[in-house]
Amino acid sequence: MRHSVCSVSETIQETPLASLHIELGAKMIPFAGWNMPVQYSSIMDEHNAVRSDVGIFDISHMGQFFLEGEGAEAWLNTILANDVMQLGVGEGQYTFMLNENGGVIDDLIIYRQAEGKVFLVVNASMIDEDYAWLDKHLADGLVLVDASDCWAGMAVQGPNAPSAFAKLFPNQDLPPRNGMKMWSEGGENLIVCRTGYTGEDGFEFFSSSETGSGWFQRFVDEGAKPCGLGARDSLRLEVCYPLNGSDLSPVRTPLEAGLGFFCALEKGEFVGRSVLIKQKEDGLSERLVALKYTGRGAPPRAHYEVFTKDGEKLSELTSGVLSPSLKEGVAMAYLPVAHAKLGTLVDIDVRGRKFEAKVVKKPFYKQG
Amino acid sequence: MNVPDNLRYTSDHEWVLLEGDIVKVGITDHAQEELTDVVFVELPEDGRSCDAGDPVAVVESVKAASDIYCPVAGDIIEGNQDLEGDPSLVNADPYGSGWIFKVQLRDASAVDALMDAEGYKALIG
Repeated sequence: MRHSVCSVSETIQETPLASLHIELGAKMIPFAGWNMPVQYSSIMDEHNAVRSDVGIFDISHMGQFFLEGEGAEAWLNTILANDVMQLGVGEGQYTFMLNENGGVIDDLIIYRQAEGKVFLVVNASMIDEDYAWLDKHLADGLVLVDASDCWAGMAVQGPNAPSAFAKLFPNQDLPPRNGMKMWSEGGENLIVCRTGYTGEDGFEFFSSSETGSGWFQRFVDEGAKPCGLGARDSLRLEVCYPLNGSDLSPVRTPLEAGLGFFCALEKGEFVGRSVLIKQKEDGLSERLVALKYTGRGAPPRAHYEVFTKDGEKLSELTSGVLSPSLKEGVAMAYLPVAHAKLGTLVDIDVRGRKFEAKVVKKPFYKQG
Repeated sequence: MNVPDNLRYTSDHEWVLLEGDIVKVGITDHAQEELTDVVFVELPEDGRSCDAGDPVAVVESVKAASDIYCPVAGDIIEGNQDLEGDPSLVNADPYGSGWIFKVQLRDASAVDALMDAEGYKALIG
């Protein structure tokens, strides 16, 4: 089923950094089929390190594909929602893989590594499904490789991430925002992408799985605080970056999720486009909104129910957290458009108690 | 790990301090360290009558909500209101200002059934 170029175990998987996480004191949990660190010191500490200094996350569970062949970009442009043809060599973009109904299969970042060569980074839980979907549509003459098991990945994030990079690689420049580059050092290929999932400056770094632990440790030695999935979730939610499977789903379009900016409807045909165009013409019935508590309250969490002030059930939260930066409850939910206007008040039910929240502008938190 | 000798403990990592026919209840140093960053405490209703093992309060960290059980049968007489303003007292001072609620015991000997410090130390290894 899976076209894999390296070996892989079939039960719960471990990244190449698993034993290092234990050494660094991580608490491990299963996530998307992987045994991952949820926290090392505390979520609050780790969160704050990324906002004010620099933190490092293991992202080896995420998938790396390479697409190669003449016309790779033009073909990919018929599959993904954003406009691949806007990318110069070395540039990357956030985009969606949609099903025929315009629903989100996955959100991913693609980088145009060279002419006719595209590097794709996909969600851990979606590696097999994404690969199968791309492979099913693949044009003749193109080669798609799932290299996920060959690569270790780490996201180094925070205002001091660039200086950590400069210390480790004094002879390499970081690419500009959303850019990527690959180079060879000590006989191995390294990739760095100026992207992330925290709302801070930083980069995502990929090495061979064998050397991953060594690189992670070197970034830690340069001051990057090891951070787990807990802080990753609170950081991304503060800046309203969606989590696939929670805020995005196969039955929700990117327009409903408020991410139409990343869908190039004018570029020509792509899978799901006709549904998006119709939705745009007809208007949306529900939208993913940002909700913030108006007072103190129990932390909002995914699946808590959302009610109108009159007690009518509207939906449930897709994500929620007590924001470590703002010290306020923040959440997202799909609400009927009549209740999705800025300033609308709703109640969030936590174990039978109602806490009031207001529809606010995204994101909750802005850098600086 | 701090496990005071004058307290009794449950396998749910709660401590109990007996003062006459009233017990004060909180979570252990080990428990607060496992939870990290307590950001919210939902206190029990005053006057509520409870059996041992009833979930009566909730302690929440950034990542998770954890039930707190009534360790002994009795009536809840007070919740620690200070935790509403500063839930992090549970982390900073789990056996002192981070106490969570008080129970008027139905039967004072119920406390004897709980673990002593040695027993609890053995449990958490």
